[in-house]
Amino acid sequence: MIYLDSAATSFLKPPQVEQAVCRAFHRIGNAGRGAHDPTLQASRTVYRTREKLAELFHAEQPACIAFSSNATQALNTAVEGLIQPGDHVITTVCEHNSVLRPLVRKERGGVSLSVVAADENGVINPASLAEQIRENTRAVVIQHASNVTGNVNNLTQISEIARRAGALLIVDAAQTAGAIPIDVQAMGIDVLCFTGHKSLLGPQGTGGLYVREGLSVAPFAVGGSGVHSFSPEHPTDMPTALEAGTLNGHGIAGLEAALDFILETGVETIHSRETALMNRFLCGVREIPSVKLYGNVDADERVPIVTLNLGELDAAVVSDILWEDYQICVRAGAHCAPLIHRHFGTERQGAVRFSFSYWNTEAEIDCAVQALRELAAEETGDA
Amino acid sequence: MRKQKPYYVLTFRTTAEAMAMEQKCGEQHIPGRLIPVPREITAGCGLAWRIGVPEYGEHQTAIAGLGISFQQIVRLSL
Repeated sequence: MIYLDSAATSFLKPPQVEQAVCRAFHRIGNAGRGAHDPTLQASRTVYRTREKLAELFHAEQPACIAFSSNATQALNTAVEGLIQPGDHVITTVCEHNSVLRPLVRKERGGVSLSVVAADENGVINPASLAEQIRENTRAVVIQHASNVTGNVNNLTQISEIARRAGALLIVDAAQTAGAIPIDVQAMGIDVLCFTGHKSLLGPQGTGGLYVREGLSVAPFAVGGSGVHSFSPEHPTDMPTALEAGTLNGHGIAGLEAALDFILETGVETIHSRETALMNRFLCGVREIPSVKLYGNVDADERVPIVTLNLGELDAAVVSDILWEDYQICVRAGAHCAPLIHRHFGTERQGAVRFSFSYWNTEAEIDCAVQALRELAAEETGDA
Repeated sequence: MRKQKPYYVLTFRTTAEAMAMEQKCGEQHIPGRLIPVPREITAGCGLAWRIGVPEYGEHQTAIAGLGISFQQIVRLSL
């Protein structure tokens, strides 16, 4: 099997992740729920993982990191906790439904929403975002990189636009956390929402959000906190404020092991390897006449995603043949990003997404290119 | 009945601060351990740092320099 669907989840992981999860099953209790050894082991694991995330993202301190189940939950927390009726919010057509749907729900509740268009390659020009600023703009909610095109937004420029307008910058880092360097302070990010199971290489069911020191996010969920039990209100101190209920301690233990790997290896090294694999794939598929690529594939900074179609072939059929005949795993369809597919005119056809991992090999890339070459010859008549 | 001894008990607003305390004390060889917050104290976090009275006197300056904002520092017999 050749796994080229790492933008969906990191199927290929360092073996230490699985080992850490298994160890945790035998060692940890419930974090923050007492002082016996198993619960302290859980609390220590959670705290160390917070520290490592703070180091990776250059956060002011570990308490700026709150855990969630995934990026969607983190984004919902940020949107619900920071945006009120009467506010104006700017987002883009490139966004995943984890951004669009929470914002549309807010729009129905009295928030006004501007959705910035992309250029023909699906790239957002920060200047077109600046044109949408209003007096009551509360936030810019934007992805760091597209899960469809792999193109990366210039957050430094965008944060400057938001800062000048007195607006918050809320970032969906689902495709970039662990894949490319992120410095929340240097980039002027107020809230960074991330998942643990994609480029952070951890288990599913892990994720979280960085919240800039001094910024208060009203919790989306309240409940058990292990502290202040007789108070009718949920605690307001970070990170407890955003962590109602038992954390995924076993998953977080795996995430810690994944972070150890990433910090030891270096995000730049991982990015460089994945970019080399992506470019090898791009080089091969560009020679196939019926291949249509989406996004600016020549951009300097990209995450390792290549999305394409073969002529007018249904993307679902292409992905199914790739699996059935070649045991190649890719993702077809709309990738939960409806507006960018509408922009590309691929609502009906969908598109086939190939996404690469540090552990893919050159031979696997070459197999995928050869499979597309054969498929193109059979189905579209490409020589 | 278990014989009681005097301790200083330091409390925190969040579990994250309690865990930071444990880690920093380990790094700086400051004695003590995390305990459940005794009933005599109202604390934000369910964990407190317990340290013997002489040891607290010896390490008081280092503890103040850890960068942790304690909710309370109380002397108790436990």
